Amino acid sequence: MWNFLKQQLYVLWSNVVTLWLVFTHLFKKKDTVEYPDVQPYMFPRWRGRIILSRDPDGEERCVACNLCAVACPVDCIALQKTEDENGRWYPEFFRINFSRCIMCGFCEEACPTHAIQLTPDFEMAEYVRQDMVWEKKDLLISGTGKYHDYNFYKIAGKAIGGKGKGEARHELPPIDRRSLLP
Amino acid sequence: MFELTVGSLLNIVAMLAAVAVIAALLIWIERRVLGFLSERLGPNRVGPFGILQSVADVVKLITKEDWVPPFSDKLVFVVAPLIVPIAMLLSFGVLPIAPGVGVMDLNIGLLWVFAMAGLGAYSAMLGGLASNNKFALLGGLRAAGQMISYEVFMGVSILGVVILGDSFNLREIVEAQRDGWFVFPQFVGFVVFVIAGLAETKRWPFDLAEGESEIISGFNTEYSGMKFGLFFVGEYIGMLLLSALIPVLFFGGWYAPFGLELPNPVVSGLFWMFIKTSFWVFFFILVRAALVRPRYDQLMNYGWLVMLPLSLLNLLITGAVVLAQGN
Repeated sequence: MWNFLKQQLYVLWSNVVTLWLVFTHLFKKKDTVEYPDVQPYMFPRWRGRIILSRDPDGEERCVACNLCAVACPVDCIALQKTEDENGRWYPEFFRINFSRCIMCGFCEEACPTHAIQLTPDFEMAEYVRQDMVWEKKDLLISGTGKYHDYNFYKIAGKAIGGKGKGEARHELPPIDRRSLLP
Repeated sequence: MFELTVGSLLNIVAMLAAVAVIAALLIWIERRVLGFLSERLGPNRVGPFGILQSVADVVKLITKEDWVPPFSDKLVFVVAPLIVPIAMLLSFGVLPIAPGVGVMDLNIGLLWVFAMAGLGAYSAMLGGLASNNKFALLGGLRAAGQMISYEVFMGVSILGVVILGDSFNLREIVEAQRDGWFVFPQFVGFVVFVIAGLAETKRWPFDLAEGESEIISGFNTEYSGMKFGLFFVGEYIGMLLLSALIPVLFFGGWYAPFGLELPNPVVSGLFWMFIKTSFWVFFFILVRAALVRPRYDQLMNYGWLVMLPLSLLNLLITGAVVLAQGN
C-alpha cells in the first residue's frame, strides 16, 4: 500500500517535472529556418551551381582539356574543344546536365585552369526537365570567380598569338641547345 | 424542479459566435503553441502570424470528398459526428461568463454539463461502431470505456465543490467563491477533475480512442472532409469548455484575484474569465506537448485504483469538515 502510494506520487511528480521542462522550451531559440523569407547564410565554399569563370583579361579560362568531364562520376559534363585564330583552346560547346549533377565538386578539383567552379547558389529547381541542361552561355560568368588573378595563358609555356615562347610569367627565354656559346 | 432563466438573444448569439470563433482559432493557437514548445514556429503562412490557418483548413475540409463508406451503417455514420459539437455547445449554455452574462441560469447546471459530456461520448462510440472498421471499432470501444470510467470520479471530484458552494448552479458556485477560491480547500478534487477532464475530452495524453500510433485514427479512421472536421471542432469546443469550467469551479470564475477588479463589473468579469480560460487552454496544450500516452490497462488502473478512491476520500473529508463546522 505504502509503496503503491509512493509510486503514484512519483508518477505525478515526474509528469509535473516533464511539464516544466517542456514549458522552458517555449522561450528557447527556434530551430525553424524561414527559408524563402529569410535567406540562409551560405558558406563561400558551398558546392552549388557550377559556373565557368573568365580570366582577369575577360577571356574564357576553360581550355577544353576534358579533365572535368573525365572526373565527373555521373558523366554530366559534355564539351568539344576548338581553337581560335591565336591558338587559344576553348570549348566549342560546354554543356552540364544539372539533372544528373550531384554537386560533388570533382570537376573543380580536376580543372587545371580554375575555369570550372562551384558557387553557393542552390536555387536551381525547374518545371521542365530540359531546362536543367545548361549550355555555355548559361554557365559562363563575366567575372573571375574565386581566384581573381589567375590567368592560365600568362603562366603556361604554351605559345599563343601575342605571347611567344619564354614570355610567360616565371619563364626564362628558351635555350638553343645546339649553340656552342655559353 | 427546473429553475431556468434564459438570457437575452444578444447573449445567446454572442456566446455562440464567440465559442465558434474561439474554437476555430484554438486549432491554430494549439498548433502554434505546440510549435513553440518544440522549438519550431508552427503554421505562420496564412494571414498575419498564420491566424487564418483555420480558414484554410475549413476550406480544405469542405472541398474534400464527403465520403460515406459503402460498408458502413450510413445513418449512424452521418449522425455520429454531429453529436459531439452539439453536446459541447449545449454545455456552454449553462456556463456563467460574467455577472449577468450567460445563456441560461439553470439550477442543475453542473449536472447539465455532465449529462452533455456523457452524450458526447456517444459520438465516438457510434462513430466507431458505424464505421464497420476494425480500428474504428477498437477506438470506439476505448472511447466508451475511458469516458464512462473517468466520468464516474469526475462527478465525484466535483461534489466537494458542490458541498462548499451549496448549489448545482454554476453561477451560485462562482458567487460562493467571492471570498476564496475553491482550489485551496478542494486541491485534491481539483487535480482529479483536471485529469478526468483531460480524459473526458479525449485529449492528450488520454487520446487512446484515437491513438494514432496504434489504431491509425481510432473512431474517426473512416471519416473525412467536414464530418471529420466536426469531430475535430467538437474536441476543441470540449477543450474550451473544460478550460472555462475549471476557473468557474475552482478559480473563482469572473472574480479578480488580488483585488485587481476593473471598474465595470461585466468588463472585469469578461476579462478575468478570458485570462483564466486562456491559462487553462495553454495548460492543456502544454500537457499535449509534454506527456506521453499511457497503455490502456494503465489508464484503467489509474482511473479505478487511484483517482476514484482519491476523489471518494476527498468527498468524505470535505463532507465531514462541512458537517463539523455546521454544528
